[in-house]
Amino acid sequence: MSAVLANMRVKEDKEMRNVYCETLMELSEENNKIVVLDADLMNSMGMTKYANKYPERTFNVGIQEANMVGIAAGLSATGLVPFAHSFGPFATRRCFDQLFLSCGYAKLNVRIVGSDPGVTAAYNGGTHMPFEDMGILRNIPNITILEPVDSVMLKDIIKQTSNMYGLFYIRLLRKNAVKIYEDSSTFEIGKGITLKDGRDVTIIATGIMVDDALKASDELEKTGISARVVNIFTLKPIDKELIIKCAKETGAIVTAENHSVINGLYSAVSEVIAESTLVPVEKVGVMDEFGEVGPLDYLKQRFKLTPESIVEKVKKVLKRKNS
Amino acid sequence: MLSSEKIKEVKEFAIKIRIETIKAIGNLGFGHIGGAMSIADTIAVLYDAVMKYDPKNPNWEDRDYLICSKGHAGPSIYSALALKGFFPIEELMTLNKPGTHLPSHCDRNLTTGIDMTTGSLGQGSSLAVGVALGNRCCGRKNTTYLILGDGEMQEGQVWEAVLYAAQQKLSNLIVFVDYNKKQLDGYTADINDLGDLKSKFEAFNWFAQEVDGHNVSEIYEAVENAKKQNEKPSAIILHTVKGKGCSFAENELYNHHMTVSRQQMEEALNVLLNELGRR
Repeated sequence: MSAVLANMRVKEDKEMRNVYCETLMELSEENNKIVVLDADLMNSMGMTKYANKYPERTFNVGIQEANMVGIAAGLSATGLVPFAHSFGPFATRRCFDQLFLSCGYAKLNVRIVGSDPGVTAAYNGGTHMPFEDMGILRNIPNITILEPVDSVMLKDIIKQTSNMYGLFYIRLLRKNAVKIYEDSSTFEIGKGITLKDGRDVTIIATGIMVDDALKASDELEKTGISARVVNIFTLKPIDKELIIKCAKETGAIVTAENHSVINGLYSAVSEVIAESTLVPVEKVGVMDEFGEVGPLDYLKQRFKLTPESIVEKVKKVLKRKNS
Repeated sequence: MLSSEKIKEVKEFAIKIRIETIKAIGNLGFGHIGGAMSIADTIAVLYDAVMKYDPKNPNWEDRDYLICSKGHAGPSIYSALALKGFFPIEELMTLNKPGTHLPSHCDRNLTTGIDMTTGSLGQGSSLAVGVALGNRCCGRKNTTYLILGDGEMQEGQVWEAVLYAAQQKLSNLIVFVDYNKKQLDGYTADINDLGDLKSKFEAFNWFAQEVDGHNVSEIYEAVENAKKQNEKPSAIILHTVKGKGCSFAENELYNHHMTVSRQQMEEALNVLLNELGRR
């Protein structure tokens, strides 16, 4: 693993869905076991190019998420390597029993891609806004839960998981990400990445909150607070070693996630802290609420998923640390 | 068509499956006896006359697959597997005991010869569609068999799978419905009636047949007809009796899961052993 923070953190030109499609097309040239499934969201996912090139390996089951997940599991039992996509809520809570039993308990080899995480569901509104997807799936023993932050990481993760065995959930921003990593970066599943060093506090972030965490850290630096920034992109299995190291070295943690704080990153980090080095932990995330409709910027303010919220929580955690 | 010799052999195999299953469940003292008995004749036809498999190489890629979506019928499949040499027959006595390889519901990771993990009703349907699609995708000339309980056809997922199997023209998929007319809480007709299943499958663009699910020749012939299909998946509706062939279960209304006394077990085994002896 050698992940390097990008010099310029700008919005990427290419949408994540296009990177997903192109990566699968590249991999499929060499790996004839890859198959792709969707539940009537192939156009939304930008996968028509793939479907046109590999019609015999593309299965659009229509609006049947439970069936899609079961079929993916069945396909894997014959040696194929399925990637199955739907919007996050439908790919997870709609078919949890199928994911749990047909995939997890049966020890089959399935990659589930849930797009439009959290507030990025934006104009589709509360019905389509998963704040609970990773939280639900964390209950499945041995599942790997990944949230790639930009196209460099996405490409690497898709490639890696295509050569691995097990049940994977890939939480995928469908539109343009902010570039976080230099193009040459590679990643190790299960290992977090320290993006910026710091002494006073560690901000542990995932998904779209990584950019906000870096912004918050820069802001805090102006006031003399040295905030380390860590990207945990594998929610499960979580990088315990790194979390404990950060707790010991900085003595305080703030988590930041575009997800419910219940059973997401805050919970996972707190579980590690509770059984190791007790330090104060504060959280930025969705506070046990349903989603609602609106533009992304509005929703980020509405649910307090902003650099300002992170700064506020850092100040709060430092008071606890120093009291 | 099966020869009269072969018919005799398959019928005897069905009796042996019932005997071993009643012994295993009776040894434990309780179990899913009803559905294990109603499907026994179909299991016998599959393992004695229809399916391609190799007990020495259970993961042979070109084998026929069997997915038993009514996972609680596992014990009758375990009996068939043991009788065919997948594992020692003595292992049947470990059914549901601590550390066993033979759990109440089918588990592909625990039992040699079991192709799929099932137990949450309805899920085997999609899994079977996936297996059939995958085998076709890999260019294998094998058949995927799926056993559905009638009660589990109340699950919406089954109909999702039925719809998509037809869309994909999965002629390498043959489904048996164990239409024993009963579910845990009583008669299916009183709870959520399944009605005319043959017409329902036909409406979903399947090739559908109805047979006496305790007549091994009829079951075999139906499979032969199904195998001739090129464009459609096939459904074989088995009209069966829940608890069939088990003296203490067959005439009970609530025979989905029963406790079994030693005396009941011995009586049931005597009936079946006599039947075997008369052959």
